[in-house]
Amino acid sequence: MPLLRVSDLTKSFVIHAQGGLALEVLRDISMAVSSGECVALVGPSGAGKSTLLRSLYGNYRADAGSILVRHDNAMVELVGAEPRTVLEVRRRTMGFVSQFLRVIPRVPTVDVVAAPAIALGSDSRDARRRAEFLLGLLGIPAKLWSLPPATFSGGEQQRVNIARSLIVDYPVLLLDEPTASLDAENRDRVIDLIRQRREAGAAIVGIFHDAAVRDAVATRVHDVTPLAPVAGVAA
Amino acid sequence: MTPILSASGLTKRFGNRAACRDVGFELWPGEVLGIVGESGSGKTTLLNCLAGRLRPESGSVVYDSAAYGPVDVHDLSEARRRLLSRTEWGFVNQDARDGLRMGVSAGANIGERLMAVGARHYGDIRRTAAEWLERVEIEQDRLDDRPTTYSGGMRQRLQIARNLVSHPRLVLMDEPTGGLDVSVQARILDLLRGLVERLHLSAVLVTHDLGVARLLTHRLMVMQGGRVVEQGLTDQVLDDPQDAYTQMLVASILPV
Amino acid sequence: MQDASRDSGVESQAYNYAYLDEQTKRMIRRAILKAVAVPGYQVPFGGREMPLPYGWGTGGIQVTAAIVGRDDVLKVIDQGADDTTNAVSIRRFFAKVAGVATTTRTDEATIIQTRHRVPETPLAEGQIIVFQVPIPEPLRMLEPRETETRTLHALSEYGVMQVSLYESIARHGRIAKTYNYPVMVNGRYIMSPSPIPKFDNPKLDRSPALQLYGAGREKRIYAVPPHTPVKSLDFDDHPFEIERWDECCAVCGARDSFLDEVIVDDTGKRMFVCSDTDWCERRR
Repeated sequence: MPLLRVSDLTKSFVIHAQGGLALEVLRDISMAVSSGECVALVGPSGAGKSTLLRSLYGNYRADAGSILVRHDNAMVELVGAEPRTVLEVRRRTMGFVSQFLRVIPRVPTVDVVAAPAIALGSDSRDARRRAEFLLGLLGIPAKLWSLPPATFSGGEQQRVNIARSLIVDYPVLLLDEPTASLDAENRDRVIDLIRQRREAGAAIVGIFHDAAVRDAVATRVHDVTPLAPVAGVAA
Repeated sequence: MTPILSASGLTKRFGNRAACRDVGFELWPGEVLGIVGESGSGKTTLLNCLAGRLRPESGSVVYDSAAYGPVDVHDLSEARRRLLSRTEWGFVNQDARDGLRMGVSAGANIGERLMAVGARHYGDIRRTAAEWLERVEIEQDRLDDRPTTYSGGMRQRLQIARNLVSHPRLVLMDEPTGGLDVSVQARILDLLRGLVERLHLSAVLVTHDLGVARLLTHRLMVMQGGRVVEQGLTDQVLDDPQDAYTQMLVASILPV
Repeated sequence: MQDASRDSGVESQAYNYAYLDEQTKRMIRRAILKAVAVPGYQVPFGGREMPLPYGWGTGGIQVTAAIVGRDDVLKVIDQGADDTTNAVSIRRFFAKVAGVATTTRTDEATIIQTRHRVPETPLAEGQIIVFQVPIPEPLRMLEPRETETRTLHALSEYGVMQVSLYESIARHGRIAKTYNYPVMVNGRYIMSPSPIPKFDNPKLDRSPALQLYGAGREKRIYAVPPHTPVKSLDFDDHPFEIERWDECCAVCGARDSFLDEVIVDDTGKRMFVCSDTDWCERRR
């Protein structure tokens, strides 16, 4: 019983400033991910891996096709869904580690990480304790916990990002280059965390440029076939 | 669950010009809807139609009130509309002076909604007002000062407190941080974000600033020339804009 | 003391009875009836030119002129006294144009026209007290627009009045208003009782007399029928209180009447005297 089922997902970007230039990025993508699976998206740069991931999250709008997610014991269609439906799925069922940390400014790191848990109704003290635990696990020193992450290094920001996405036990996890800016030690920590989630039953879809990381966490691979030679579509 | 606010076919004309044309949407409890657009897009006209301050030529605005159930905002008697606007609704004006009594103390400003519905214990009213001052991060010793002695940012905070004291279910905001210094803006945005989350407010927020929209809103409607040209999840509209105008708006943000 | 003009039958031949023409009296009486029917509600009326300027009691005079009859006995006081210039002028005016008997004794009057006081002697059923009112709108200082104050009254939106009382306590530690103290009439309308001291407000509550209020410049008439509840506004923890003096009246020894403070010489010596001359005289 897949937790995530994608059927015939199609997406183009239409750039009106270029006279309506249409860039077809995804065409008829289909895949299914079950509990305990970690699917690694592979394909050349610009093939649409990131676009696919963002479309799954609702951050990009699909033109056609279907994305079904198991949410509250029912399969919920995300393509064309009401915003509140997508928000609800994001709140409880689907987590996303983006490549760049875009956070609300001026909020201390521990609160950035704790926020998704509090939004789900966790007691704020419990949520913060869990956040601190994750931050510790990911090697963020305690003296940074009360500072906003805007001034952190790329690697530190990335780890804060990961902590924020893992504080809630999302059944579905989307990971976009989760170890990109990390050194070997931290990379290994993250690999461990991802493996733990997978073993606990999460369905994971990820992009891992580092082959070693991919081999460590993925249970299979999905080739995102490029449609045409692409000209630098922003992923 | 029913929408807390639903608009359909809203059209408002000034003479021959349609300031807003055939606008419709549903706002669900706990959602913050942003309306973005440039000057003349019709966003403030739309907000005023939603608030019952302007009467549209066609279309309807239905609000799901706690007191009376679903009501057509423009069919309400003036008495009821005025009562709702003091109890279940909030309206945060761009210029705080339009939403405050400048000649009475901050405490009186905050306490007014309570007194308007029958609060008659001075000590209790004062204590509640002081609590709200704290929540909007104004020092307690300013409780008896008049807003004429407040800075612009403080006046805006006071306006927010004055609105929220009655625990409104729906808050309409017209450029709540417009005209304020950037650092002051930032603090007020943080305050609004925190309050909206903690109090589970539903809100409609008009702004021309896409950064404010990204920070505060769940959903976004982009208006141009009185029409809604695009709407959807805020992050989707800003990261994957479909409409030509929206793409142009997003591309126009100056990088810092 | 009765004025001799009644016996001499002097009624001015040049004017209609009580100065106003019958149509005007009819219009004013209609306004009065409407005012009595809606206690505390300000009824607009077509005020006429009177032989004295605005600010001198033209509203009160028009009300009195509309209701006075040959069998009435009229008392006129100004700040509690029968013998000040204005009270004397108005009393003489009505003696001349209405041939009505006049008195200084509160208990003998059928109509009492007053500026700024309510007599100490309790009023009885059958008596009418006519107040001279400068600004009939109790919310005027808080809301300058007439269109808005009318709406506030119509919708019973009186938050702004409570705000002003709150503000008074915040600034002075107590409700500092000592005259023209706002009241709630019959649980519905907020009314200005005219610039009487708050000391007199309790006398209005459920008075057996009919209270009529006339504002000449603003052209409004309002009324409180007998036995109507009139409640002074306050807060639960700052209840309404009347003035009290440590001293008693230097002339009659009264401890329970409103006292005027009189500077006696230029060393600053002062004494306190009953404001109500009739009350003071009777006690001597």
